[in-house]
Amino acid sequence: MWILTLFCLIIGLFIGFQLPILLPVAMVKYMSIGVLAALDSVFGGIRAYMEDSFDNTIFISGFIVNSLLAAGFAYLGDRLGLELYLAAVVVFGVRLFQNLGIIRRYLLKKY
Amino acid sequence: MQNTSGKITIMAVCLIVGIMLSIQFKTSENYGTNLRGARVDELAVKNSTLTQEKEALSKEVISLREKMTNISSESQLNADLQEELRKSNMAAGLIPVQGPGIIVTLNDSLRSVQPGDDPNALLVLDIDILKIVNEMRASGAEAICVNNERITAMSEIRLAGTTILVNWNKIAPPFVIKAIGNPQLLESGLSIRGGQLEDLKSFGLQTQLVRNDKIDIPAFTGALKFQYTSPTQSNKKAGL
Repeated sequence: MWILTLFCLIIGLFIGFQLPILLPVAMVKYMSIGVLAALDSVFGGIRAYMEDSFDNTIFISGFIVNSLLAAGFAYLGDRLGLELYLAAVVVFGVRLFQNLGIIRRYLLKKY
Repeated sequence: MQNTSGKITIMAVCLIVGIMLSIQFKTSENYGTNLRGARVDELAVKNSTLTQEKEALSKEVISLREKMTNISSESQLNADLQEELRKSNMAAGLIPVQGPGIIVTLNDSLRSVQPGDDPNALLVLDIDILKIVNEMRASGAEAICVNNERITAMSEIRLAGTTILVNWNKIAPPFVIKAIGNPQLLESGLSIRGGQLEDLKSFGLQTQLVRNDKIDIPAFTGALKFQYTSPTQSNKKAGL
């Protein structure tokens, strides 16, 4: 199953590189925060799946809302002259590593 | 059952994340250089505004000098002084002058740098311009300018980094050196065998010497400041 997931990611990367879409410069910063939040959601989902506590609604809503919220925070921070995006980077970064650590432990236990 | 749908959602989300990642990657790669360029743009704007300011100020200097001459011309009694002032101004390069002379144009070599070459040998350096100006003076030039920067008694011709400064202004190739004087003397002084122009030509630099009956040489536009110098009591003057 994990190979299939990885395969989906690679297909997504491929599609993204083929799409003739370029973000406007002003959006790059917000998009990067959104991507970070999305990555966090994916790893959180995988972790929950391994823990058998996976909930489809929570996963999907978390994915969408977290991404939008993170980008929104970065935007708000820019308007306020406050580096709010750092908060999103730190929170999602820490969670990403935590989730990865838990996934690693599960995999080690499994095999 | 829940597990299967969970798998599908995770895969779908992975697909979307992949697309987002690659678009983000592509975009930041594309704009990476442009974002750095934005800073350069900012500096360029600053540079152009400062240049305009400087031009406006040098115009003011000229107009103030004109006012000064106007004030002095009001008095007919000062005719002798006027004459002397005019000569002094001409010698100091404070008024634009005109007359016969020569125009020497120097430009960097067209040859591309070969491995092992000294790249400086293909460029016109400050010392090249200095030598030409010196030769012109030796050949009796009465007024000289480099790229419309009047050479005065206090002018420098100096390499600063990669640009050449004359009167603290940056000049760029092609370097047009104009001199007023006896055209024949000036030409023979420069194009003599083993002279300065032949020297530069041997390095592959582009040189051109043109005689002209009517050369305009602008006035020195910088500020004259004498911070440390004051005249002594002697009444003797150089024979102007």
